[in-house]
Amino acid sequence: MEGMNVNLISGRTTVQGQNLDSKLTEKYFDEVAVCNLNGSDMEKLGVAKDDNVKVTTAYGAVVVKAKQDDGNPEGLIFIPMGPWANVLVSGYTEGAGMPRFKGIGAEIGKTAETVLPVKELMRTYME
Amino acid sequence: MADGELLIRNGVVYDPINGVKGEKKDICIRDGKIVESVTNPKVIDAEGRVVMPGGVDIHSHIAGGKVNSGRLMRPEDGRKGLEAKTSVCRLQSGYSVPNTFATGYRYAKMGYTFVMEAAMPPLAARHTHEEMIDIPILDNAALPLIDNNWMTMEYVKSGDMDLLAAYVAWIIKATKGFGVKIVNPGGTEAWAWGKNCDLNDSVPYFDVTPAEIIKGLAEANEKFEMPHSIHVHTNMLGHPGNFEVTKDTYDLVKGVKPSKDRQVMHTTHTQFHSYGGTNWGDFESKADAIAGYINQNDHATIDIGSIILGDTTTMTADGPMEYSLYQITGRKWTNLDVELETGSGITPFLYSGKSPVNTIQWAIGQELALLVKDPWKIALTTDHPNAGPFIGYPIIISMLMSKKRRDESAEDMHKVIFDRAELPSIDREYDLNEIAIITRGMTAKALGLHEHGKGHLGVGADADVAIYDMSPEERDAGKIQKAFLNTKYTIKAGEIVVKDGEVVATPPGRTIFVTPECDQKLTDEMLVTLKDKFDKYYSVTFNNYPVQDAYLPNPYEIKAPMRG
Amino acid sequence: MVEITDVVCSLCGCVCDDIVLEVENNQVTKIKRGACSVGKSKLLGHERIKSPMIRENGELKECSYDEAIKKAAEILYKSRRPLLYGWSSTVCEADSAGIELAEDIGGVVDNTATVCHGPSVLAIQDVGIPSCTLGEIKNRADLIIYWGANPAQAHANHMKRYSYVSKGYWTAEGKKGKKLVVVDVRKTMTSKMADVFIQVEQGKDYQVFSALRAILRGHEDVVPDKVAGVPKAQLLEVANMVKEAKFGITFFGMGVTQAGARHNNIVNAIQFTRAAHLHGKWSIMPMRGHYNVTGFNQVCTWQTGFPFSVDLSRGYAWYNPGETSSTDLLYREDCDAALIIASDPGAHFPGAALRHLAKIPVIQIDPYANPTTEFADVVIPAAISGIECEGGVYRMDNIPIRLRKILDTDYYVPDEEIVERIHAEVRALREKEGE
Repeated sequence: MEGMNVNLISGRTTVQGQNLDSKLTEKYFDEVAVCNLNGSDMEKLGVAKDDNVKVTTAYGAVVVKAKQDDGNPEGLIFIPMGPWANVLVSGYTEGAGMPRFKGIGAEIGKTAETVLPVKELMRTYME
Repeated sequence: MADGELLIRNGVVYDPINGVKGEKKDICIRDGKIVESVTNPKVIDAEGRVVMPGGVDIHSHIAGGKVNSGRLMRPEDGRKGLEAKTSVCRLQSGYSVPNTFATGYRYAKMGYTFVMEAAMPPLAARHTHEEMIDIPILDNAALPLIDNNWMTMEYVKSGDMDLLAAYVAWIIKATKGFGVKIVNPGGTEAWAWGKNCDLNDSVPYFDVTPAEIIKGLAEANEKFEMPHSIHVHTNMLGHPGNFEVTKDTYDLVKGVKPSKDRQVMHTTHTQFHSYGGTNWGDFESKADAIAGYINQNDHATIDIGSIILGDTTTMTADGPMEYSLYQITGRKWTNLDVELETGSGITPFLYSGKSPVNTIQWAIGQELALLVKDPWKIALTTDHPNAGPFIGYPIIISMLMSKKRRDESAEDMHKVIFDRAELPSIDREYDLNEIAIITRGMTAKALGLHEHGKGHLGVGADADVAIYDMSPEERDAGKIQKAFLNTKYTIKAGEIVVKDGEVVATPPGRTIFVTPECDQKLTDEMLVTLKDKFDKYYSVTFNNYPVQDAYLPNPYEIKAPMRG
Repeated sequence: MVEITDVVCSLCGCVCDDIVLEVENNQVTKIKRGACSVGKSKLLGHERIKSPMIRENGELKECSYDEAIKKAAEILYKSRRPLLYGWSSTVCEADSAGIELAEDIGGVVDNTATVCHGPSVLAIQDVGIPSCTLGEIKNRADLIIYWGANPAQAHANHMKRYSYVSKGYWTAEGKKGKKLVVVDVRKTMTSKMADVFIQVEQGKDYQVFSALRAILRGHEDVVPDKVAGVPKAQLLEVANMVKEAKFGITFFGMGVTQAGARHNNIVNAIQFTRAAHLHGKWSIMPMRGHYNVTGFNQVCTWQTGFPFSVDLSRGYAWYNPGETSSTDLLYREDCDAALIIASDPGAHFPGAALRHLAKIPVIQIDPYANPTTEFADVVIPAAISGIECEGGVYRMDNIPIRLRKILDTDYYVPDEEIVERIHAEVRALREKEGE
């Protein structure tokens, strides 16, 4: 399946908030290592719920699970704030001090690669 | 801690509360207090220098929500006063809104040892106290705002003066406050809907007038042996023609009997309330009318709120006033309305000698000081930082002491000063005794703190002493200003904290609070109404509201019994 | 079993203080009232870090508090330019101790505002902010706007306690007498409750603020038919609602602070509020995240003069976000050690900044293990503020509230004490060197 160009944002969710103090748990993983996208975008990508997708930006690439959320307009994907979303964010703040966590050009496509658990994900920074 | 015994030898002492007017006199200190004699003291040779009790500031905004909003909003002001940490001092920042450390150091260098934080929003009282903990050296206290409170207005309306007194007592205790502060009564509540109130307007929805609120609170205050009277920022601050409102406000409490030997009303930053004219075009000084009133009556005292030329940060619980000011300047503006109680506004302002209005304002503060005949009725303030930062006090002292300096300054100001202000025609010059009165003696007495060791050097008083590096004969205004900016020595509770203009020790200050002792039955009845307010309208609970003891690590309590 | 009332929640910026819970055998067993689902989760507890740890040969090994604190002090003492970051999920007393430590060792001290409402602070420094306490909104507001914020999920009690759903003096009918407008780039649980939902194209909020400002100031003729995907008719409708409101409030979230325009969005949001104020009473407030992110900004401001991102390496405070912010420092590889407390940059910083954090010595102080722990060389578990120890915090509207202690701990040490003990060790090292 071909990749698709999308606009990436991250942000809070209830379950993400409930597990702020338990980020090493499955609950957190299940909620946060996820890409929410519009049903018609999923169709275009040929992905179903719980299929893995790979999201790539100029700053990094990460594999997360796809989840349908028709609240997102087409072409906008939402990954809950957390370690997976942040692989994709630039460290350059354009002089503002604040990274651009929302509005990042990204490419998304179906993948057979697996989603890295949080500890393994963090280990990639040490390489 | 206090340096055991100290002897200040050969100073020329000005201690107006004890009638000492420039006498060569030794001062003995032991364990933080003034004593008759000492046996084995460390000796400070004052060598004919001017010696005064530690300064007592009656009205200054040094700690709390709006001060910090001013700092946060104005990094450009922060950058004006950057000083690196030293082996003794923490880092410093700011000019008109200095950080807490600089506030303590700079006041102490001017010989001040007590400062009254003039406006504490009750709901945010913890914030004021937290900052006061971080202000080194100075003893301090804070006046909670009690005039736009729904409880106050409802009791004033229903005429339940005893219950009003019970509420006043409760909120002073709950906030660990010092007395009753009134700021644009009714006007700040009206501001919650974007409106304002003149003295006899009806407050929207509450059906009371500011005049009734002021009178009611004066009566409530005098039901207790409060060290201080009500402390009033009158309505219509900064409006041309407001001097009539100011005089009418004084008249409101003329018949109220004080519970102690003091005024029944202190009105603050009177410069901002002594305006004539009908608009900014025909704006003029009415300091003579206000001073005339104060000269003829004995129930009210004032502080001047004198202008320091330059850029400053204005801040007050008078929200609508700050909005008006922001509309004039178009500069940045912060507002914070506080539920059921009060509000606040903050905006920067530049006082320019080129502006006719600012020039007249500049004249008015000094005119008040020079036209009020009895210095025991008037205090030196700049309403820091509203009319200018406290660091400008020495400038005002030098002006009041030197007609020559005033004349030279007037030459640099807008020429309107010669038509619409009286200052150039006033010849009076303050002497050092009078300076000591308006910076220590009067302020300590008006606050009732002379009974608690402040503002004088009698035996038993706190050993707070300022030694200025000048002889009593000094007439050079520049040298006077310099001497009052940086003391030769400042001694706080018997400890040398400033030497040769440098801070050498930074002991923590004490927080003085008042406990009005209200009849329990009245309190219980009042609490039924108050708890209902918490259940329905406040966003914090009744039990989480009062300031916890942790916020006063060095407390000093003054009890105020209820009068029979 | 003991029932405890007036418990203060130490989770988000709402700082709900009317929680009633039950404690049995020194454990919270039941939340009876007051907490939202996120707050409940915190109060009921999670797995803790069991012991202080020091990393040896790649593995964290358990040790005593004294050993961990000594090791932490050695790292900071050796460091030429340490970053002391976090401070938002702890109490002001700890923040104060941290700033003193940073000042003493010449570090850069910064809190989580740097990745949430830092841009709001920059905007306030540009134009100020007309605001009010949450109780004002509860009692008076008849029009509420949430812009780039999703309180139904992120601040779950916010609408109930303080805004749309709450009841107060002039709002006795609750939401019946009020209108809710939500502006967001996507439909959320919050937007579903709105009377009007403005769906704006991502990254174009600035244009919508400008259009509304223009209409409110009488220049609707300059507004095109569509602005950032929003029809002009809808903008006129909302502008009319703004004009008719007696008391309005805009709450804004990271939807506008973290987008490309950053602080420019917030300046425009505040200018929109000023324009609205010409028609009625209007205020605006950031939806602060951590329960004491506001408190750190307060303490840092009164102690240094500046609210966050303060570089103390010169002895005085140097404040220049974009240069002295944590992300910039890490991305530039311009710090050589980090103390991370009461926050989790491992989860919430850009990967590009984490690469440097992974390289330098890291001290972590936190009750819970999290992604940052993976980088930590010293881990010091802390008592949980608001559960095991008390202290001052500031709600999102700058109202100070004191957290209560509800459970005992005979093991875990409060943040403030940990920081002070590290500082004492740093002083001891310095004295030793001076000998």
